[in-house]
Amino acid sequence: MREFGYQRAHDVAGAVALLAADPDARFLGGGTNLVDLMKTGVERPARLVDVRELPLDRVERTADGGLRIGATVTNSDLAADPEVRSGYPALTQAVLAGASGQLRNMATVGGNLLQRTRCGYFADVTKPCNKRSPGSGCPAVGGEHHNHAVLGASGHCVAVHPSDMGVALTAFDAVVSYETPDGPGEVPLTDFYLPVGDTPHRETALPPGALITHVSLPPAGVAARSRYRKVRERASYAFAIGSVAAALRIEDGLVREARLAFGGVASRPWRAHAAEAVLTGARAGGETFAAAADAELAAATPLPDNGYKVPLMRDLVVSVLTELAEGEAR
Amino acid sequence: MAPATSSTSSAITLNINGEKHQLTIDHRTTLLDALRERLDLTGTKKGCDQGQCGACTVLVDSRRVVSCLNLAVAAEGREITTIEGMAEGDELHPVQQAFLDLDGYQCGYCTPGQICSAVAVIEEHAAGWPSAVTDDVGPEAGPPPLTPDEIRERMSGNLCRCGAYVSIVQAVSRAAGAYEATRDERRTAAAKEAAA
Repeated sequence: MREFGYQRAHDVAGAVALLAADPDARFLGGGTNLVDLMKTGVERPARLVDVRELPLDRVERTADGGLRIGATVTNSDLAADPEVRSGYPALTQAVLAGASGQLRNMATVGGNLLQRTRCGYFADVTKPCNKRSPGSGCPAVGGEHHNHAVLGASGHCVAVHPSDMGVALTAFDAVVSYETPDGPGEVPLTDFYLPVGDTPHRETALPPGALITHVSLPPAGVAARSRYRKVRERASYAFAIGSVAAALRIEDGLVREARLAFGGVASRPWRAHAAEAVLTGARAGGETFAAAADAELAAATPLPDNGYKVPLMRDLVVSVLTELAEGEAR
Repeated sequence: MAPATSSTSSAITLNINGEKHQLTIDHRTTLLDALRERLDLTGTKKGCDQGQCGACTVLVDSRRVVSCLNLAVAAEGREITTIEGMAEGDELHPVQQAFLDLDGYQCGYCTPGQICSAVAVIEEHAAGWPSAVTDDVGPEAGPPPLTPDEIRERMSGNLCRCGAYVSIVQAVSRAAGAYEATRDERRTAAAKEAAA
């Protein structure tokens, strides 16, 4: 590991200033991803600015009935928060479906959104990788890719974004707030991750030196009846091979409002707008749910060894929406 | 005299099991390596060293974490509890006793991490935290019964290569029952201590 300086920031402006002073510096949150990547040499910061003591560790109800989540709230505290559990249960379920109890106690909301892909080629500095080393190539396209993306990928990179939390946040129209040396800004989570194209090393819309300060959830009555379900290769403590965050509001047998997002199948938490368009106004039921899944998955571009994800996601969407609809009918 | 430091090392104080330890440390040092290599607290084990096995689990400010992904310098100012700090004198922690009584291990390498994790699991459950296998995560639902499924899910961050999982689940279950049974006692004692 490269030697590095370490400083603890105590306020947001100080943290941003410390980072701006050194182009080779990184913010340190829980460290569950960054420290791991430093050990393998994927990340080689010259300085760490520890942001865990910033006063951003609260989940607050906003005046309009939404939630404002501080960037240093841990995954554990977010999942256990009563407002999240009652108003956005799929978010609690998504967070609890990720990592282990130990890692959730360390990991932070801001860090979760900025975590890097777990693609094996990205993690191995002896291999080419367009995300880690732009222009070097993507061995996953013709190599080991059974866990890789079927949506939103390009020939330059087929890595998936590993977050579970981000999938639920995407379904519920979260907005990311940040601070920079030039002042604050915000960006909807659906625009936060950049299209892969031929620049997979450029991952987010954050300006250089920006510190995520909050993630806000607008009020969403539909989210109170929501569900996150994740498929993985073992029962617990593994990344998704596919996941769904969903919410439905049904009146008189018709879908009045639908929220749907996919995890584990794309370069980013994938908001399923095409599926939502099919669902909205249609009769709630298996045929509608399958048609919605098909509408979203029509854009899928599977590789030789990850095509199984397309029917898997179709079944997962139908199953989760059916469960929500049956719960609604009870 | 303060020890010499450079921009890539710091003189820090770590609070471990109620004792303060002063050391000058390269920033690259993980909490795990500081415990084992600098402070001779070798009860905490190094397994994968990448956050995947749980052998290095310790408590930081009463919460379980993997010490291999914590930097020692970032742990300054926090209360660290390792397996060496679990017993009270000669009296084992109820979780330690349950692991012994029910053979919750085979080779024993993962056991300190299992025990630290289990201590926290019981606290997390008592605080009402749901898990990924909890049906209703709503706050009104209250803590779910600590079934074997709940224990397996909550302990899934601790791997055991010997496969002693069956008795580990039994040990956690028994210790959780003992914790539940003595909760009022402990609350009274804590209240007395606070009043004193």
